[in-house]
Amino acid sequence: MNLQLMWESAPRLLGGTALTVQLVLLSLLLGFVLAIAIALMRLSGIRTLSSFASAYVFVFRGTPLLVQIFLIYFGLAQFEAVRESIAWIVLREPFWAAIIALTLNTGAYTSEIFRGGIQAVPYGEIEAAKACGMSRLMSYRRIILPLALRQALPAYGNEMILMVKASSLASTITLLEITGIARSIIARTYSPVEVFIVAGVIYLAINFAITLFVQRMEHRLTPYLHRA
Amino acid sequence: MKRTIVLLAGAAVLVIAGQAGAKDWTEVVIGTEGAYPPWNSTNASGELVGAEMDLAAELCARMNVTCKIIAQDWDGIIPALQNGKYDAIMAGMSITPERMEAINFSRGYFNDPARIAVLKGSDLEGLETIERLTLEDIDADEQATLDKLKEALAGKTIGAQIATIHANFIEQFLTDVDIRAYQTQDELNLDLQAGRIDAAVADNQAFKDFMETAEGADIVFTGPAMSGGVFGKGVGVGLRKEDSDLLDLFNQAINEATADGTVTRISIDWFGTDMSM
Repeated sequence: MNLQLMWESAPRLLGGTALTVQLVLLSLLLGFVLAIAIALMRLSGIRTLSSFASAYVFVFRGTPLLVQIFLIYFGLAQFEAVRESIAWIVLREPFWAAIIALTLNTGAYTSEIFRGGIQAVPYGEIEAAKACGMSRLMSYRRIILPLALRQALPAYGNEMILMVKASSLASTITLLEITGIARSIIARTYSPVEVFIVAGVIYLAINFAITLFVQRMEHRLTPYLHRA
Repeated sequence: MKRTIVLLAGAAVLVIAGQAGAKDWTEVVIGTEGAYPPWNSTNASGELVGAEMDLAAELCARMNVTCKIIAQDWDGIIPALQNGKYDAIMAGMSITPERMEAINFSRGYFNDPARIAVLKGSDLEGLETIERLTLEDIDADEQATLDKLKEALAGKTIGAQIATIHANFIEQFLTDVDIRAYQTQDELNLDLQAGRIDAAVADNQAFKDFMETAEGADIVFTGPAMSGGVFGKGVGVGLRKEDSDLLDLFNQAINEATADGTVTRISIDWFGTDMSM
């Protein structure tokens, strides 16, 4: 075990943290919005909307993220029509290709989490909202979605952690985030164990911060479960 | 399961080699990438084929050993040798001082110059430079060519396979370029063809092979054929430092195969030119 190498590679690996965090935050944010839309489509009761939503979830949950990243980055670039379209401005860049893949992937998983959350809202609460004269939209905004999100938070925290780890796959399309930098250091030093240990510790630290954040959120959103 | 057995076999070989010092080599496991045609690649039925696979068969026959060839991803190819997953690397790996620090190399068996490739119609097409650039004892003409390359490529996005002599060349000789490092040559080719990168640096043959496919029809060479210096001393067999007996065996076999024209024949079969050295 080469401790010197571990010490020296730490700052370079930390340099990749910014890109990892950007990838994760941006795709979680976009994926969150997408997931709510997809979950509502699934529960809308409108046939075309709900079958579109379930087809999307089926495809993106049923295929490996690595395959999705490859197809979006290398696959779409095969078509001249894509390369000549406006979409190429975005798809040309490995960063945005990664964001698109990560967003579509987390959107599919998260929409299922939210669907479960929405369906778990007790019917009595919805009836109460109706009884107070709330429209459907208002009851969603004031009652159903807040309750559903609180319900979904532990599962969603899990998804956030999975996304931090999934972002490492962006290294396969030339992005130098933590794993990408680790691979390039390994390529020079031929010491995968030392470098991956340091990279692993950085991922642990990021996920530790997320775990704390989710715990705090849970605590704040469930005041009835504990005394202030 | 298979992998476990190979690993165990490799470990056993290591232990025996360590104990006996000079061991009688009867079985040699060779590691290759299997993704770098025509050097080594994996065909539709999953078999490893290529110039190096043919050469390996010839060398093993000459060394009087049975050989087994297994595939390993490029970026783990040296660690896996050191860990005993296999005993030798034949993966289009150029002999460089950097790698010599970690492992030993046999004498070179093939030598292929490096080239710069661009898309047809690129403003980098048809750079007027000398034809061959040797990065040892750089003379005035060669320096002029280097300067010209540096100027033409400044501000461009240039791709190479990760941890190759080509990536080293870009880092050391070209300034102000945005380097993209690819896991495989295929991915590099795809992005060059898609126009995501302005230029790519790799072995002459790796590009030539791609240019012959329908997708690679729009790829052209520009600038000089480059060798020497950072590009290394040709491609050799990578071996663990402690296996000096195996090194001798390989060197002798390569000498013989080069002298009797076998290396030339294999080179012409797969590359269309004589790259023996």
